[in-house]
Amino acid sequence: MMTKILRTVFCSFLLLLGVQAHASLEIIITGGVDSARPVAVLPFTFKGTTLPKENIAEVVAADLMRSGKFNPIPFIKMPQRPAKSSEINFSAWAKEGVEAIVMGEVTEVGIDRYEVVFELIDVLKGNTGASSRMLNQGQLSTTAHYMLDSRSTTINGSQFRQYAHRISDIVYEKLTGERGAFLTKIAYVLVRPNAEFPYQLVVADYDGYNEQVLLRSKEPLMSPNWSPDGTKLAYVTFEKRQAQIYIQDIYTGRRTILTSFPGINSAPTWSPDGRKIAMVLSKDGNAEIYVMDVATKALTRVTNHRAIDTEPSWSPDGKEIVFSSERGGNPQLYTVNLATGDTRRLTFEGEMNLAGTFTPDGQSVVMVNRTGGRYQLARMDRQSRFMQVLTATNLDESPSIAPNGSMIIYSTMHGRSQVLALVSMDGRFKARLPAADGQVKSPAWSPFL
Amino acid sequence: MNLNKVLKGLLIAVPVLTLAACSSKSSTGAGDADSSATTQTVQVERVDPAATAAEQMRQKMEALRRENTVYFDFDRATIRPEFAEVLQAHGEFLRANPSVRVTVEGHTDERGTPEYNIALGERRALSVVQYLQNLGVSAGQISTVSYGEEKPAVRETNEAAYAKNRRAVLVY
Repeated sequence: MMTKILRTVFCSFLLLLGVQAHASLEIIITGGVDSARPVAVLPFTFKGTTLPKENIAEVVAADLMRSGKFNPIPFIKMPQRPAKSSEINFSAWAKEGVEAIVMGEVTEVGIDRYEVVFELIDVLKGNTGASSRMLNQGQLSTTAHYMLDSRSTTINGSQFRQYAHRISDIVYEKLTGERGAFLTKIAYVLVRPNAEFPYQLVVADYDGYNEQVLLRSKEPLMSPNWSPDGTKLAYVTFEKRQAQIYIQDIYTGRRTILTSFPGINSAPTWSPDGRKIAMVLSKDGNAEIYVMDVATKALTRVTNHRAIDTEPSWSPDGKEIVFSSERGGNPQLYTVNLATGDTRRLTFEGEMNLAGTFTPDGQSVVMVNRTGGRYQLARMDRQSRFMQVLTATNLDESPSIAPNGSMIIYSTMHGRSQVLALVSMDGRFKARLPAADGQVKSPAWSPFL
Repeated sequence: MNLNKVLKGLLIAVPVLTLAACSSKSSTGAGDADSSATTQTVQVERVDPAATAAEQMRQKMEALRRENTVYFDFDRATIRPEFAEVLQAHGEFLRANPSVRVTVEGHTDERGTPEYNIALGERRALSVVQYLQNLGVSAGQISTVSYGEEKPAVRETNEAAYAKNRRAVLVY
């Protein structure tokens, strides 16, 4: 019951935010909130005259919820509205099961200048230590051992969302021990079949805000892939009615052609050191994997088989490539050691396994698994070979993993539309990011920026 | 009988008949004092054949464009026997017109991943190329492009739509 209200409240304010910022992607949580850790993000108090457009607390709460690890409680469930951390009634918050409180203050300090102060408070520490003494005496605790973090910075009016994501990163790292990925971006392809330029390459904040179109085309665009420094995208374009691979600087807009071989020019994937790009070419007969040195354009052929070999993805150490091959009859995943050429079959479960991607720790491979005709994301532990299906959607494709390994973004069918969706690495948290208009596909999560 | 004489007679008779048919048309022009046509005593016209060679080729191409699609089974690139006739027609046309070039587009349904489907689409295009080459079409006349699942003929998620999207299209 409570969860239902919570979801309604949460979704409605997300919708509102969507309208305010004209974002074309809006996140709908479809499962997994129940298992997340309760936290509280209090509305930031404001001192000044010109109210900033963005609400920091709402952005932070949405970030934390979307991580799948936290469940920010709704305002109606908050036992009190303390203005300062010294006014917190820790036992009341502990009773609600709240682990941590984020609170802060925004002060207008000049024309388009705001000072933002925030504090991250450990409710459990506060409840067991100085809090009782503080409450009895009604005085500020000087030790404040419950304070996990506290920072102050000055920003301008356009930096609110960005700084809110920064706060989310700090909170996430303090509470999980893992780096947050809220200041990252996603690239994707938007398809509006009846538009003058039906295919658009788009970059947005990871939550769909600040959408920017990098390229509009009358012919298909495919497979965007980020350079490890987060400044460029490699992608496939059919603007010349043949496949070509281009590199585009996202900040300068400068485009350079990388390949234009006869036949397939597909699936460009940057090596972790940024010096090479793995790709699929069919210039020598059929789809084979090659590695190109970006500076010299020298090509090295990696596979040589009359079956289809495609979808290369680098291991985090750059020593191996996982790829899809139908050399065994049906498409399955294989790994190849680039130094020795040693090739091994990785997957045996299911009718097909496609689009293999290493997790950032290199321990697992995420893929599209076809079982019983359904295409769903699955994760396989490399050591134990245990395979877990992560999604409940169908026709899943193009998985891309957040740089901290916490989440996977992918494209899937919802009704008659292709939409982006998120699933946590353990498969518990699920969310959907439908576009207001058009089909969304080929998401690529940026590295840490 | 001397057939040659008859033919010659006809060759003369046809322009005469044509002239007779046209005489009423030029009569108004003849009465116009400013027109240079007043000095013209004869007008020669000719009878067009039913269609020129170029026109015939254009018509043939139009017919081929109407039947330019070959459909495939799921995850397969084998040409089904029912499409032998269609490809035969294209093959004969291309062989008879060596200057004509064709692009074979390979397409897939939306299932599976976009990059795998690019490879599958190319394989479908290449099976059509192989088929045409076996019919004697020169390799230089044919190029291929695979769009994978990026350009579906029908944007729907059902078996009927999938079947229409798994195709190779010959584009002139």
